[in-house]
Amino acid sequence: MFDAATMGSDPSSRTASLTAGLDLVMRDVGLRFDNVMALDGVSLDLGATGCTVIMGPNGAGKSLLLKVMHGLITPSSGTVLWAGVHPKDAMSRQALVFQKPVLLRRSVAANIDFVLKARGKNMARRDDLLDHVGLRHKANQPARLLSGGEAQRLALARALATDPEVLFLDEPTASLDPASVLAIEKIVADARDRGVRVVLVTHDVGQARRMADDVVFLHRGRIGEHSPAAAFFREPRCAAARDYIDGRIVV
Amino acid sequence: MQSIGDALGLAFALVLSGDPDLLEIVLLSLRVSLTATIVACAIGLPIGALVAIGQFRGRNAVLILMNALMGLPPVVVGLLVYLHLSRSGPLGFLGLLYTPTAMIIAQTILIAPIVAALSRQVLEDLHTEYADQFRSLCLTRMQTVQALLWDARYSLLTVGLAGFGRAVAEVGAVIIVGGNIDHLTRVMTTAIALETSKGDLALALALGIILLVIALGVNAAVQSVRMTAARQAYV
Ligand SMILES: Nc1ncnc2c1ncn2[C@@H]1O[C@H](COP(=O)(O)OP(=O)(O)OP(=O)(O)O)[C@@H](O)[C@H]1O
Ligand SMILES: [Mg+2]
Repeated sequence: MFDAATMGSDPSSRTASLTAGLDLVMRDVGLRFDNVMALDGVSLDLGATGCTVIMGPNGAGKSLLLKVMHGLITPSSGTVLWAGVHPKDAMSRQALVFQKPVLLRRSVAANIDFVLKARGKNMARRDDLLDHVGLRHKANQPARLLSGGEAQRLALARALATDPEVLFLDEPTASLDPASVLAIEKIVADARDRGVRVVLVTHDVGQARRMADDVVFLHRGRIGEHSPAAAFFREPRCAAARDYIDGRIVV
Repeated sequence: MQSIGDALGLAFALVLSGDPDLLEIVLLSLRVSLTATIVACAIGLPIGALVAIGQFRGRNAVLILMNALMGLPPVVVGLLVYLHLSRSGPLGFLGLLYTPTAMIIAQTILIAPIVAALSRQVLEDLHTEYADQFRSLCLTRMQTVQALLWDARYSLLTVGLAGFGRAVAEVGAVIIVGGNIDHLTRVMTTAIALETSKGDLALALALGIILLVIALGVNAAVQSVRMTAARQAYV
């Protein structure tokens, strides 16, 4: 199994941070709903920096895995530790952009202001954040009237407003046009290069190739494979991952 | 006894002439019911918010109680307030019976549960939607409540208007604790009841017309609040 130690020596890994960040250790994590194991025997080691991409078919458990990592869902079994502490105690150092953005019933600008104020950040950063995701011109519009892609960009800006050390992104470019996809990828890559630990869920194989240092392939709640990106895209070890990448259905 | 036609004519004349007695009754009605609405919101909103996001023992019992209190019959509320405020009652020493304050108390008791129950529903629905995002942002309990109240502002405004609508149209409670005393506790609904039984249909009808206009106005206000909110996708 691929782990944090080998990742550091892998040429494709781009570890830029000098600060001691949050590394993740998951051991035998299970999540049960009634009689279904939504996550089963998930063990995972992630270093404190870099970009891990999680892939897998619909319903594989990717979104649930992010929420378990972040501490929003307590697993039925197993342990999750960030630099030795419980996810709930590391949550304030992390941000999650949900698959379906949850925007406040306020203006675009007020959505950012809300987070800056609640987290005691410098309120003057709002316009820069909006510029960053290309929404400055929409600042005074009701956030709920944004298009799907604009809403995702606002959710990303709001996540960045909290200065996270770990950034979880659940299909952040699912409804973006091609130019916006690249713009968002650049923002995320910049964050990663500043030392932010990125965990990205995507179905976009091209995006995974561009962004990933390592890839976790999730299938029916189990980890099919965790490999360095170069190795994964050269030849996935897991048969389901091979089918998935080639566009054959594996649900 | 007047004919209905004559009475209607007189009623419109009264309304249009701005008859001072009529005006006094209308203003007292509005003062009593608006005050009761504000007090009921001050009590009902925090309770609604607490039950909406709180996890505590007996929450279900509180929910059932809140919903039951929503349907309190006004005359029963009037009777209970009367028993407390009458000279031999526990609060008799305050000398509040047959004053506008007594009417405000009765109407507050009547609509506070409505405000609490309706706002609980509104805030709980919103909280369900926001809960994960707010937890991820590590907001404090206070920040969560404030954000919910602000984001539900349009819905809560319609809750307040519904409470006011119920208060201003209610007769059973205010007639018992207010007594319909001329120039002191006479409000629209009690005056209509009394003048009708005395046969003074003109004044009753005039007040009826005004009450109807207020009721329609409240409905129009609710409608326009809803439309404003919907236009901005704030509902
Ligand atoms: N609260 C819940 N109760 C029962 N089952 C659930 C619950 N939440 C999720 N599931 C199930 O767990 C499975 C994994 O869900 P999850 O949202 O993690 O999928 P995903 O990998 O993110 O899929 P997608 O690519 O479609 O976003 C799904 O089959 C889903 O129906
Ligand atoms: Mg998902």
